[in-house]
Amino acid sequence: MTEPAVALIEARALACVRGRARLFSGLDFALAPGELMHVAGANGSGKTSLLRILCGLSEPESGEVRWRGEPARRVSDDWRDGLLYLGHRNAVKDDFTPLENLRASAAIAGETTPEDTLLRALVDIGLGARLDVPARSLSQGQRRRVALARLLADSRSALWILDEPFTALDVRAVATLAGAMSAHLARGGSIIYTTHQPVDIDALRRQTLNLDDFSC
Amino acid sequence: MSDSPLSAARVPSAGFSLFHYASPQTFFPLAGKLLWPCWIAALLLTVAGLYTAFFVAPTDATQGDSYRIIFIHVPAAWMSMVIYMAMAFWCAVGLVFNTRLSFMMSSALAPTGALWAFIALWTGALWGKPTWGTYWVWDARLTSELILFFLYCGYMALQAAIDDPRRADRAGALIAIVGAINVPIIYFSVKWWNTLHQGSSVSMTQSPTMATTMLTGMLLMALAAWAYTIGVALVRVRAIMIERERHTDWVRQLSQAGSNGDMNA
Amino acid sequence: MLSVFVSVVRRDLLLAWRRRSDVLTALGFFLLVTSLFPLGVGPEPDQLSRIAAGVMWVAALLATLLSVQRLFESDEADGTLEQMLLSVEPLAVIVLAKVCAYWLLTGLPLVVIAPLIALQFNLSPDETLIVCATLLIGTPTLSLLGAVGASLTLGLRGGGALIALLVLPLYVPLLIFGAGAVDAWRAGLGVQSHLALLGACLLVAFAVCPLASAAALRIAQD
Repeated sequence: MTEPAVALIEARALACVRGRARLFSGLDFALAPGELMHVAGANGSGKTSLLRILCGLSEPESGEVRWRGEPARRVSDDWRDGLLYLGHRNAVKDDFTPLENLRASAAIAGETTPEDTLLRALVDIGLGARLDVPARSLSQGQRRRVALARLLADSRSALWILDEPFTALDVRAVATLAGAMSAHLARGGSIIYTTHQPVDIDALRRQTLNLDDFSC
Repeated sequence: MSDSPLSAARVPSAGFSLFHYASPQTFFPLAGKLLWPCWIAALLLTVAGLYTAFFVAPTDATQGDSYRIIFIHVPAAWMSMVIYMAMAFWCAVGLVFNTRLSFMMSSALAPTGALWAFIALWTGALWGKPTWGTYWVWDARLTSELILFFLYCGYMALQAAIDDPRRADRAGALIAIVGAINVPIIYFSVKWWNTLHQGSSVSMTQSPTMATTMLTGMLLMALAAWAYTIGVALVRVRAIMIERERHTDWVRQLSQAGSNGDMNA
Repeated sequence: MLSVFVSVVRRDLLLAWRRRSDVLTALGFFLLVTSLFPLGVGPEPDQLSRIAAGVMWVAALLATLLSVQRLFESDEADGTLEQMLLSVEPLAVIVLAKVCAYWLLTGLPLVVIAPLIALQFNLSPDETLIVCATLLIGTPTLSLLGAVGASLTLGLRGGGALIALLVLPLYVPLLIFGAGAVDAWRAGLGVQSHLALLGACLLVAFAVCPLASAAALRIAQD
């Protein structure tokens, strides 16, 4: 397979400062469509900060992010349209049922996903029996699954940015999620993720970015 | 931060560029050179202004000698408003052009602006006692000055509450700009409220025939206030620069040079 | 754009419906504070009717201030705010939707309950109508300005006192125009100008505040 001319997302000489601490600098990478990237690094090496920069929540100290070959700031609509970010926090409301939560997330993101796609995603991730229960009475892992159901319902985003998606999940849910990630890659989507547990994900092209190499 | 797009390294120093002095590194020595002229101007203008105020200007027919406090009160009130507008201007520049120095300038100006607002309130109260027989009346000018003082306090409190300097800069800039949009509305509303409630009839600057010497004195004092404000803002902005950029190369070089002698060069 | 507006309003209303008790706090505060004034300044009907508009306006202002600081709090805590920032839709529209829902939940009830308090303060029916009208036009502006303060102080220590310091000076014109309307009517001056000025403030706030608040949220999340 030949290198595609234009990378989906690209980082050029990124540097990140949090508070008084310089986390990393001189970070470069390019991610092609259909490629999987694992961001590795010790605790506090800036994994979450990097992911937040890559989806535009934070500004890098210097350097730039490019989206499909353009400076990402200039094509911010296209950039936001093309990515789906799931952070540490689940964005799950205690007072809503899983379905209501998923519906609200889709509405906020500006997506118009049909109701049965959302329902099927929830059933697939193993929440079929708990559809009418407020999220307050769900376990930690089950809430995580409510958030992750967005991935199963998504067919539009070109890039998934996932911060520790496997935490608090049981073996079956990990397998379901890994399957969904593989399917996304097979569709030509890309994924950037962090994890502390080894999970097998089928990918034709993959790379690992170790932040410890860029620390200062 | 040392390689921001506006850093002096990429701006040819020979060319006349608006942004040449927009980086702390180049502005720091310039500010140092401007300091002494500001202090000297402030001192001379104050002496001249006070002399005019106390010995040259005639005694007011209706208010007697107590009116002479306007030579401090009015310049202070002017400065407090001008500085707020200057702050909002620097904040807007900072948000648009993403220049760190503008935010530093704005936070350097704020305490001085608050000080002037406070002086204006204080002298206003002192003037009120012999004129109105009470230290405080809800006069339109004094009331809007009080609110302006609160606006300064809000800006400084917000900046102090945020640890991350970049967030502090930007959040402070937003509230300064929103405040600046509000200042005319506040002033108008307070004045309106005052006329509706039949406020004081004597106003400080209202005396129908202000002698030319009075005007001269006031002008001299206003210029002195300008010089002082610029000087003190430069000192403060230099301190902020060093504190914020203490990890960068130019501050390290500066501190090495400083230990060998001259910091202002 | 409209659909995200409608669905965020609906979402916030539904959330509030699931937590009804939270909504009533601001209203309870408003009722309680206004009821304290007769106890503090004495029950003479003339005096009460003279201060009524001012008292109701100050109470409405404080009730807004008290509740608005939680506007973005839960969304920030559970990560929904991040998703709002990443939305394809303009953040200002989402903010506006949240402010709308907030006003429906806390501003509108104040307007509805105001006649009851006017009764306690011995206001005539005409004066009651004027106070309600000023509150109806004025409280949305209070909510919009409050949203800017709430997003600026999001997640800061001492947020409560700080938001008061930031927002209360900005509330001054509204207080003057709002509370002044009844005085102007009593002086035979007509209230159109007061209402028009309140309306103008609302328009300016409507244009500026959602954008400022959205910018502040981006800064807060950076």
